[in-house]
Amino acid sequence: MLRIEIGYWLAGAFLLVAAGMNLRERRWSMGLFWAILAIAFLAGDAILAALAAGSRWPAQAMGVGVVALGVLAASGGTRGAVHDASAHEHRRAEAQRLGNRLFLPALAIPLATLLIVLVAPWLHWQSTPLLYEKHASLLALVFACVAAFAYALRVTGAKPMTGVAEGRRLLDALSWAVLLPMLLATLGSVFAATGVGDVIASLVAAVIPIDDRIACLLAFAFGMVLFTVIMGNAFAAFPVMMAGIGLPLLVLRHGAHPAILGALGMLTGYCGTLLTPMAANYNIVPAVLLELSDTNAVIRAQVPTALALLVFNVVLMAMLVFR
Amino acid sequence: MNYWPLLGIAVVVAGFVTRRNPALVVVIAGIVSALAAKMGPADLLAVLGKSFVDNRMLLLVVLTLPVIGLLERHGLREHARKWIDGFRGLTLTRFLASYLALRQVLSMLGLLTVAGHAQTVRPLVAPMSEAAAERSVENLDATQRERVRALAAATDNIGLFFGEDVFIALGAVLLIQSFYAQNGIALEPIAIALWALPTAIAAFVIHVLRVALFQRSLRRSKQDAAHAED
Repeated sequence: MLRIEIGYWLAGAFLLVAAGMNLRERRWSMGLFWAILAIAFLAGDAILAALAAGSRWPAQAMGVGVVALGVLAASGGTRGAVHDASAHEHRRAEAQRLGNRLFLPALAIPLATLLIVLVAPWLHWQSTPLLYEKHASLLALVFACVAAFAYALRVTGAKPMTGVAEGRRLLDALSWAVLLPMLLATLGSVFAATGVGDVIASLVAAVIPIDDRIACLLAFAFGMVLFTVIMGNAFAAFPVMMAGIGLPLLVLRHGAHPAILGALGMLTGYCGTLLTPMAANYNIVPAVLLELSDTNAVIRAQVPTALALLVFNVVLMAMLVFR
Repeated sequence: MNYWPLLGIAVVVAGFVTRRNPALVVVIAGIVSALAAKMGPADLLAVLGKSFVDNRMLLLVVLTLPVIGLLERHGLREHARKWIDGFRGLTLTRFLASYLALRQVLSMLGLLTVAGHAQTVRPLVAPMSEAAAERSVENLDATQRERVRALAAATDNIGLFFGEDVFIALGAVLLIQSFYAQNGIALEPIAIALWALPTAIAAFVIHVLRVALFQRSLRRSKQDAAHAED
C-alpha cells in the first residue's frame, strides 16, 4: 500500500537540496531554515514512533527546532531572493518557442490529481487499496506533481537539476510564509492542549441572555466568526461554539434544527476564514506567491464578500432554524 | 477555570497589529499560552515538536514548486497572458466568474487539491486575470495590477470554501455530523450538505457582482485618464 510518507520523503529531499544550495552560496540562515524543516519531513515518522514508544527527546528536539525556525524567520536572513531581471527576454523567447505546450504540464497537476482520485477506489494490490484511503487526495497530488515534473522536463528540454533549482528559487521567494500554515496548526494544538477553547466558550456563554433565542443565535454566529479569526480555522471553532452555545442553548433549549444550524454555522465560520491573517495558507501565502507589496491584500479583496455572506448567513439562520 | 492561557491570543493579536514577523509571533504565542497553563518546558517542547510533525501534510504543496518554477523559466506566465488575448469577449468578470464556478463545482465533488494558489493561481489564473483586465484599461497601473492579482487569489478561496461544504464525504459535513453523533443526534450527511447550497449560490452571486463592479471602476479610470488628456 502506498502511503503519504512517500510525499514526506520527497518534500524532505527537496528541502534538503534547497538547504544545500543556500549553504553553498553562504546564505546561512536560509540554508539552516530549510535544513531544520527537512528534518521534520525526513525524521517525522521516527519522531512519532519514538514518542509512541515512550521516548520523548526526539519530539523535544523537534520542539527546539520549531523555536529556532521562528527566530530564523524573524532574523532577516531569510528574506526572499531578488529576481533576475535579465531573464525576462529569455522567458519571452521561450514562450514564443513553446507556445501552448507550456500549459500541458501545468494542467497535468490538477488533471492527474483528478484522474488518480477517481481511479484510486479501483486500484488494489493483493486485495488492499493501493492508495491509503485517509490521504488519497494528497497522495494523488504528490504523484501528479512527480508526473508533471517529468512531463515539464520533456517539454522544456531542461535538466532535472535545473527544475529543482527553479523550485528552490520559488521556495526561497516564499521563505517563512510557506511555514506559517504548519506553525499555525501547531499553535492550534497548543491552544487545545491549554484549554483556550473552553475558556472562550464559557466567557461567551456567561455574557448572553440565554432566554432570547435571537441573542443566542447572534452570539453563536459571531462567536464562530471571532473564534475562526483567532484560530484561522473554522474547524477549530465549530466544536467549541457548538459545545458552548449551539447544542445546549440553541438546539436543546430553543429547539433549533440541528442540520441547518450545523451547516450554516460552519459557513458563517468560513466568512471569518476570509478575514484573518491566521488562515495563512489561504490569505498570506498567496499574497507572497503573487508578489503583492501588501501581505494583507488578499484579505482586503475578500472583506466585502465575507461581510455580505455573513449577513446572508445570519439572516438565513434566523429565518430557518426555529421552524 | 484558568483564564491565563488567553494571553496567547493577546500575543497573536498584538503581533499581527504591530506587524512583527508572523512566524515568530505564532511560536511565541504558543510558548506564552503553554507557560500560562503551567506547562513545564519539557512538556512544552514535546507538544510543539509533536504537533509540528503531525501537521506536516500542510507543506506537501512545495512539491508543485519545481514544476511551476521550471515552466515559469520557460515563459508560462508570459504565454498565459498572450493566450487570453486570443479570446475577444473574455473580460475579467467573465473569466473570474467561470473560474469561480469551476472551482466551486470541483470542491463540491471533493476535488479540493486539484487547484490552489501554487498549482493554478500563480501560474495561470493571476496572469490570465491581468490580461483579461487589460480589456477594460490598456495598461494597468501598479495598484490596479495588485488588486487584480489579489482578486484572483480571493476568487480561488471563495470557490474552495463555499463549494467544499456541499461535499458529503469529507471535511466540514463529516465534522458536523460526528459532533452531533457524539452528542446523541443522528443526522444523514446529505441532510447537512443540502443546507450549504443557498450560501454556495449566494457566494457566487455576491463575488461575481463585486468583480463586475471592480471592472467598471477600471473602465472609469480609463475614461478619466482620457478626459485628463483632452
